[in-house]
Amino acid sequence: MSTIADIQNEIVAEFEILGEDRESTIFYIMELGGNLEPFPEDFRKEEYIIQGCQSKVWLVAEEKEGKVHYRADSNTDITKGLISLLIRVLNHRSPKEILEANLDFIPRIGMGNILGSQRSNGLAAMMNQMKRYALAFQTKQNA
Amino acid sequence: MAIQVNSIRSEFPILHQEVNGNPLIYFDNAATTQKPKMVLDAIQNYYEVDNSNIHRGAHTLADRATRQFEETRESVRAFIGAKESAEIIFTRGTTESINLVAKTFGSTFIQKGDEIIISTLEHHSNIVPWQMLCEQNGAILRVIPITDAGELVWEDFEKLLNPKTKLVSVVHASNALGTINPVKRMIDAAHAVGAKVLLDGAQSTSHLDVDVQALDCDFLTFSAHKLYGPTGLGVLYGKRELLEAMPPFLGGGEMIREVTFEKTTYNTIPFKFEAGTPSIAEVIAFKPALDFITSTGKANIHRHEHDLLQYAVELLQDVKGVIPVGTAAEKIAVFSFNIQSMHPFDVGQLLDAKGHCCTYWTPLHPALDAEIRN
Repeated sequence: MSTIADIQNEIVAEFEILGEDRESTIFYIMELGGNLEPFPEDFRKEEYIIQGCQSKVWLVAEEKEGKVHYRADSNTDITKGLISLLIRVLNHRSPKEILEANLDFIPRIGMGNILGSQRSNGLAAMMNQMKRYALAFQTKQNA
Repeated sequence: MAIQVNSIRSEFPILHQEVNGNPLIYFDNAATTQKPKMVLDAIQNYYEVDNSNIHRGAHTLADRATRQFEETRESVRAFIGAKESAEIIFTRGTTESINLVAKTFGSTFIQKGDEIIISTLEHHSNIVPWQMLCEQNGAILRVIPITDAGELVWEDFEKLLNPKTKLVSVVHASNALGTINPVKRMIDAAHAVGAKVLLDGAQSTSHLDVDVQALDCDFLTFSAHKLYGPTGLGVLYGKRELLEAMPPFLGGGEMIREVTFEKTTYNTIPFKFEAGTPSIAEVIAFKPALDFITSTGKANIHRHEHDLLQYAVELLQDVKGVIPVGTAAEKIAVFSFNIQSMHPFDVGQLLDAKGHCCTYWTPLHPALDAEIRN
């Protein structure tokens, strides 16, 4: 399995192909949302909404054999694309790996410039929530 | 007289730039307008030449600054047709103006069980201060519903009015849908049951002729930054007898006549409501903004905006997937729309990539989700 660093390098390379064109980059991010696995309707509840995002983002995580499995959805296509990138990097990893991950692909692809500050804050909120789940699972594993 | 678009455009330095490789197209005027050069020059000139505190310094600079500051008050008076400039209070913005009324008029004249009427078209700044007041003193907040076209339901408004109604606080023109409310009729109906009326003019003052004496509204609130003026400056107009009967808002310098440790006597209006050093540069620079509107002519501005709106509506009605939102018969030049099966956040981000600045918006009407406003 590729490492977190490998996958981040892949993503950076994909965005480099798109170059400086913001419109195509945004369309690309919107398309990436299509890669998300279907979100179970049972979890489309207030308690799974990530606070701090302008769009609605639902995120659930389960632990299977020591690895974290994330599922997410959003009411906007750009946000779906963004969380699909985070899931691509962090899915099926151990809580320890997730907590130690340095998600440098976000600044490397210049996400702040593409998205503006409000959406970048939302992206940070998604990342924090994913790490919070990992921390909860790690605490449980060590208990 | 037709608007000279190119000469007006040349007055706005900010418009001469590219955003994301495309010429800037700025459609977010309902959020804030750009500033013509004379406003920017006035700010710079104030700090370079006249900077000093007003109303108390006994020197030339203070005298110049005070004179210019008070000249703006007189310009604002003329702009909204108030009887006297003492009825013009400078605040930090529409939001503060409404909060001032809620805290002072509200706490004095609205009691437990009294009713306040607002509408579904209100901005948060004309909802939350009243909710806070109701929470504090047990008054009741009533809300006028709207139709699918975005117009107030007149019959429901009439039903809500009763002798317990102490205040109707309503927006003149909606920021989200552009609807112009029939405010003269509303004011007359409210006065008939003994209620006072606050008109939120944040969106209307830049587009429509607003004459407070002709309308007979009791309060009018608006922000300089939506009238080509600086940010951080708002206006509260109030009828003299009301402003005099209201207690002060904030305590501090400027609003007092005499202070001893035993007792303080308050200054006369408007100063009673202007505690502390005000936004002097902003007030002074607001005058050229008002002059810009007056010299361009509100009727000309209105006609031009109306033509632009018609043009947009005509072109966009043939574009597949564009769903207009807010189709009131009387509206200012706001075009709100959705695009089928796309979230407005996504549409806004894509438009921005093309150099268009517009707003995505979430009103409180349950029939409407968010929308894009141009």
